[in-house]
Amino acid sequence: MTDAAASANDQPNRPTVAAPEEMAWDSRTKRVLFLYVPLACFVFILLFPFYWMAITSFKPNAELYDYKTYNPFWVAKPTLDHIRKLLFETAYPKWLFTTMYVAVASTFLSLFCSVLAAYAIQRLRFKGSQYVGLAIYLAYLVPPSIQFIPLAWMVHSFGLFDTPMALILTYPTFLIPFCTWLLIGYFKSIPYELEECALIDGATRLQILRQITLPLAVPGIISAGIFSFTLSWNEFIYALAFIQSSENKTVPVAILTELISGDVYQWGALMAGSLLGSLPVAIFYSFFVDYYVSSLTGAVKE
Amino acid sequence: MATTTADTAPWVHRRVEPNWLARFFDWKPFLIFICLLPAIGLLMVFLTYPLGLGVWLAFTDTTIGKTGQWVGLENFQYLMEDRLFWQAVFYSVLYTGIATIGKFALGLWLALLLNNHIPFKRLLSAIILLPWITPTVLSAIAFWWIYDPQFSIISYVFVDVLGWRDRYIDFLGSTWPARWSLIAANIWRGIPFVAISLLAGLQTISPSLYEAALLDGSTAWQRFRYITVPLIMPILAIVMTFSIIFTFTDFQLVYAITRGGPVNSTHLMATLAFQRGIPGGMLGEGAAIAVSMIPFLVFATLFSYFALARRKWQQGEGND
Repeated sequence: MTDAAASANDQPNRPTVAAPEEMAWDSRTKRVLFLYVPLACFVFILLFPFYWMAITSFKPNAELYDYKTYNPFWVAKPTLDHIRKLLFETAYPKWLFTTMYVAVASTFLSLFCSVLAAYAIQRLRFKGSQYVGLAIYLAYLVPPSIQFIPLAWMVHSFGLFDTPMALILTYPTFLIPFCTWLLIGYFKSIPYELEECALIDGATRLQILRQITLPLAVPGIISAGIFSFTLSWNEFIYALAFIQSSENKTVPVAILTELISGDVYQWGALMAGSLLGSLPVAIFYSFFVDYYVSSLTGAVKE
Repeated sequence: MATTTADTAPWVHRRVEPNWLARFFDWKPFLIFICLLPAIGLLMVFLTYPLGLGVWLAFTDTTIGKTGQWVGLENFQYLMEDRLFWQAVFYSVLYTGIATIGKFALGLWLALLLNNHIPFKRLLSAIILLPWITPTVLSAIAFWWIYDPQFSIISYVFVDVLGWRDRYIDFLGSTWPARWSLIAANIWRGIPFVAISLLAGLQTISPSLYEAALLDGSTAWQRFRYITVPLIMPILAIVMTFSIIFTFTDFQLVYAITRGGPVNSTHLMATLAFQRGIPGGMLGEGAAIAVSMIPFLVFATLFSYFALARRKWQQGEGND
């Protein structure tokens, strides 16, 4: 009431413009038109490729290449042919396993490094610790696209070419900066007094880290782990450059290089492969979505 | 007196003296060294060293399996006269420019929509992040299928459902349609991250500012222009730095959808560097192309950094 009155006094000629937001949005059609319709469009456009991916992988070939007799937006006779072909006639399970192995190993390696580094920077506090933190953070800004050529040369000279080890050792270059940054923020939120109490009780620094700080930092470590896992699952350019033999390829690389043979693309199998390759990340993510969104937004807020 | 000493003495002795190893690990400088060693060591070997090595490789004629000779600026001189290289530079700049504008315009819009009171907001923002979560290459393959010359669903809608066109669109067959199609796919992939990050920024703005502005009789545009925009500028600058760097050095989308074709018209600098360096085997030349990206990246970073610094100065905040 007072809001409306005040604004009406200021601008008596244009009361509707100056009305409070709730009142301006009062009319239902306006809200639908300017909020729900654009939102629905966004959701539709952002999700359509996934729908299309899913529906293509269940379509028999007859429907896939005939839009005249079948409605392309729906499946008349769903089939598991493409998925069966993918799982039993290609090395897909092997690729999935390799990807999982590389992602898990590099995640653990980078979590180990990042937890120690973040603890040293945030809790052991030494002269110049801020600058070490900044340097690690800046390392994240070095894009893999300018690193893969020298790394390919190094991988060759270390004799690691075409082994999963090449990927496990190089993925932490983009995982550690991110995890460390995330964990520094998380350690900051743990009260320092807890550690001081432990110090007074005669605990050593390592005991404090193991028995006090780490258990309290578990949520932060989990979200850093999710980030690392998805980032290494999605990684493409290193896997493309350092791996040659079919059985050591990761899913994204293998789908693009092994499933496409000749000029005829097996779209059904390609889409099924993409769908299955996206599913583990999507499922993993859906379990931890709250952690994920909050740590993402929390990291940005820092 | 005697009883007190008798009481305290065993208590003091009960405390176990840590052995030398434990004491050594409790010595702060050593502990700091040990804690930083894995992370710093790994980053030094696999990040800093390759960065220098890449610059060095750019001045040699190294190929895969053969250590090269120092050739000075020869690689760069060759690139200067290479029409394909300049085309890649042009497309990289265009791709980054248009995609960044698109991502931030649409992302900001989506963030503003999500900032309203709507049902199922958490679920919605989780769903919206999907394009960002799934492996880029796999969604790129989905786009490849959507852009198929014969069975494109977009063409189907335009031609057979709506009847707006009479021929199927050839998305990836010629230069400019292919370029725009790739930019559209990149915008699609970038919107979620921008939207969710900016939403976090929007939620930190105190509602009382909007209430005060309402009392003063402001219009919706004025509230957006003078409250929302200045207050999300710091987050916008950070997100934009990231976005520009990773769009400019993008590799996956282009490699998956067109591999630089048709007739090399959609090569970005990263894909060109890959093509010359890894399958072509000319590591030196590939490294020279990759190194030429660095000035652009430094420029983009400084640009966003100074935008950020200017904000702090205007707000009169301390250096925090």
